Amino acid sequence: MHRVVPPAPHVELRGISKQFGGVRALRSVSLQIRAGTVHALVGENGAGKSTLGKVISGVLAPDSGEMQLSGTPVAFRSPRHALEHGVATIAQELAIVPELTAAENVFLGAEPRRAGYVRRRDLSERYHALCEHVGFAVPAHQLAGRLRTADQQKLEILRAVARDAALIIMDEPSAALTREETLHLHEAICSLRARGCTVVLVSHFLREVLELADAITVLRDGAVVRTSLASEESESTLIEAMLGRSLDGTFPPKSPPGADAPVRLAVEWLSAPGVRDATFAVRAGEIVGLAGLVGAGRSELVHAIVGARRAHAGSVAIDGRRATRRSPRRMLREGVVMIPESRKEQGLLLERSVAENTALSTLASLSRLGLVRAGRERKVVTEVLAKVAVRPARPEAPAGALSGGNQQKLLFARALLCQPAVLIADEPTRGVDVGARRSIYDLVVELAGQGLGVLLVSSDVEEVLGLSHRVLVMRGGEIVRELDGMVATEHEVLEAAFTARGVS
Amino acid sequence: MSLIDLQEPASPVPSRRLGLARSRLRGLVDVRRGGILLPFVALFIALSATSGPFLTKANLLNIVDQQASTLIPAAAATLVLVSGGIDLSIGAVYGLAGVTAAHLALVTNPVIAWVAGVGVGLLVGLVNGFVATVARINALIATLATSYVVSGISSLATGGNIITDFNRHSFNDLAGTSLFTVRTSTWVTLVVVVVLAFLLARSTLGRYMYAAGGNAEAARLAGVRVHKVQIIAFALSGTAAALGGVIDTSRVLSAQSSSGADLAFTVLAGVVVGGTSILGGVGSVWRSVVGVLFIALIGNGFDLLGLDPLYEQISLGVLLILAVGLDAWTRLRRA
Ligand SMILES: Nc1ncnc2c1ncn2[C@@H]1O[C@H](COP(=O)(O)OP(=O)(O)OP(=O)(O)O)[C@@H](O)[C@H]1O
Ligand SMILES: [Mg+2]
Repeated sequence: MHRVVPPAPHVELRGISKQFGGVRALRSVSLQIRAGTVHALVGENGAGKSTLGKVISGVLAPDSGEMQLSGTPVAFRSPRHALEHGVATIAQELAIVPELTAAENVFLGAEPRRAGYVRRRDLSERYHALCEHVGFAVPAHQLAGRLRTADQQKLEILRAVARDAALIIMDEPSAALTREETLHLHEAICSLRARGCTVVLVSHFLREVLELADAITVLRDGAVVRTSLASEESESTLIEAMLGRSLDGTFPPKSPPGADAPVRLAVEWLSAPGVRDATFAVRAGEIVGLAGLVGAGRSELVHAIVGARRAHAGSVAIDGRRATRRSPRRMLREGVVMIPESRKEQGLLLERSVAENTALSTLASLSRLGLVRAGRERKVVTEVLAKVAVRPARPEAPAGALSGGNQQKLLFARALLCQPAVLIADEPTRGVDVGARRSIYDLVVELAGQGLGVLLVSSDVEEVLGLSHRVLVMRGGEIVRELDGMVATEHEVLEAAFTARGVS
Repeated sequence: MSLIDLQEPASPVPSRRLGLARSRLRGLVDVRRGGILLPFVALFIALSATSGPFLTKANLLNIVDQQASTLIPAAAATLVLVSGGIDLSIGAVYGLAGVTAAHLALVTNPVIAWVAGVGVGLLVGLVNGFVATVARINALIATLATSYVVSGISSLATGGNIITDFNRHSFNDLAGTSLFTVRTSTWVTLVVVVVLAFLLARSTLGRYMYAAGGNAEAARLAGVRVHKVQIIAFALSGTAAALGGVIDTSRVLSAQSSSGADLAFTVLAGVVVGGTSILGGVGSVWRSVVGVLFIALIGNGFDLLGLDPLYEQISLGVLLILAVGLDAWTRLRRA
């Protein structure tokens, strides 16, 4: 197939640099994005992908360098200004108005109106037309705040399309999506491209990138390693360009616990809002994967176990001790630590320092007479941050200044400090790059090797299968199937997740 | 400067000297961090230059002493704001504490009167804390409600009259005695402010307050007892407001239920001008001290320069808008 090469690229960057305090996020980045193509940006966590996206979309002003849009030099003052030039962005951290409905969010600021009143009928008609056009459906009248992350993200895509954007920047759009939703997203991206729209796609899923993108730019430490056609790259060439080294396999080898390993976490007939009669056990050294579609009740189950959500029936026991009146704090004492699903809403204090965030759950052990022992805290935090490889290693920087993947690693570091008996990780590698992902996997396996029980919740079926010794599949709030992680296939997991209550 | 150092609890020494110089530079440029300090110093210098009596020990000590009953509640109110609440009952508690102390001073030993006055504040603070957390009533409304109840109780107790303790000289000791030429009320203020600043910046409780106000859900999931932390903040705020009331009563040897009517707003204005966010999770005690003193300097300047006090109110209003606007703006920039 021959692509007609257009005269001027849609976007041309020349020597763009951007510095945050001491961190050089972008170093003289030059690159061309052709109109009507999907152009992927890949690189490790903190490589500068989001920063580059923000520069293109007017969120950040570069320190130096110039940008041309279809041959004309531009300097966007704000995202709004960029939008006027047809550049829209779907951020890594979503921006929706929770109190408005889905449709209202999509047309926010561009509502069909007459004499200052929003015309609801027009609004919902246009909304449905738009949904049909891109091929997703999000209930129009649902409050956006009640929607799942995946649906909120779709709203953002719809919003960009509704604004007639010619260039849409998507920062890790599939990070929080299930497989099925990801497929929808891919279709949407392809249909955008078919309409002549240019898409800049930031993603850590290399397979997705290779499948969708026309061109790929690899970034490392803020500089461009190379830009090439997707057809000339493979997963391993990309990994090598990103990391500067190759990786041996995505997952570490599995070593299931012996048959006599004691039970660390025992859950019996646990029922809570969104969860019914969950019964299962995790033994010492065992990694149990919890798979299912978004909305199947996995996070709800996990929250009920640690007492973040009130259970109305059932019991939870740690090392044989029954834990009654559970709360996240009491369960921490019992040795159960949970890494929550959403780092921004449930995990981090974005304004506070990395050190403070890391030490939050174990502060009591780092203090004497109610006063924090700053020296000890610094030492402990620095050690654990090095262990999970948070970069840049600046404990005093605000957590909000870390790149998305590094924020995730920070939460892992916090959990490690708790020295748990049971680790519950809800989407532990969301937004984490391939290299760091592997180091988190290694860490999980190492922890299990030390005798922890690990419960791993993930929307990434491959990840669940790659790590788990046993896989539980949830559907409609119930655990519908248990599979042997050593032999189970993706097909089996998906089948169980989709079909009605199965008997295995 | 020592109070300012408390701001950064765990700033490790950057490895390279270059890094150190850079981070210093950034500290200076960062408006939110330096924030109020620059205007404060500028105003201080301006007043020193334009008004002869300003830069005298007597005037300066007098300013601080007069602000005792604002500084003490402001220090504690900072803790409430940082942990995600707000306390509008400060003025009412101040009034009730004064009335209680004055009333008891008529019949018993002054020390008992002081302690009882402060104790009343602790009690109201605890009630505020429970209503605003366990009962899940918005803190603004909860403390507004308690402030009405508390004012009502004060009025009932005094029957609308002024209680005077002019013949109880020992009751005056709390505010009136001097130690090393500085009044005891000033010393008390200093101690309270330093203790609370230290608590917020260096203690585990302080960290939990930042966590509770910064992201309550994340704090809860990380094992912080958010409600407990917030209740403590409210209790401290009530206690501090009451201490302010007792000190002022001891100073003037009289009390009435309506005193302190505007205090909640004066205190909040000082805290917010200092740069503590009304949205929670951001702020520090030294900022509130500077904020309160900044407002006091403006007042003092108007007095000394003989300007129309009406303009004082206007400038205070403008200042407040600027402070809150700056907070919103820095948040926006960061996002
Ligand atoms: N607002 C900020 N203040 C300070 N440093 C920042 C800020 N934003 C980004 N950085 C730093 O700039 C670098 C690049 O960050 P960026 O978010 O672009 O990375 P990324 O490639 O998108 O990573 P990820 O895959 O984890 O999302 C990182 O070192 C990050 O810590
Ligand atoms: Mg990013």
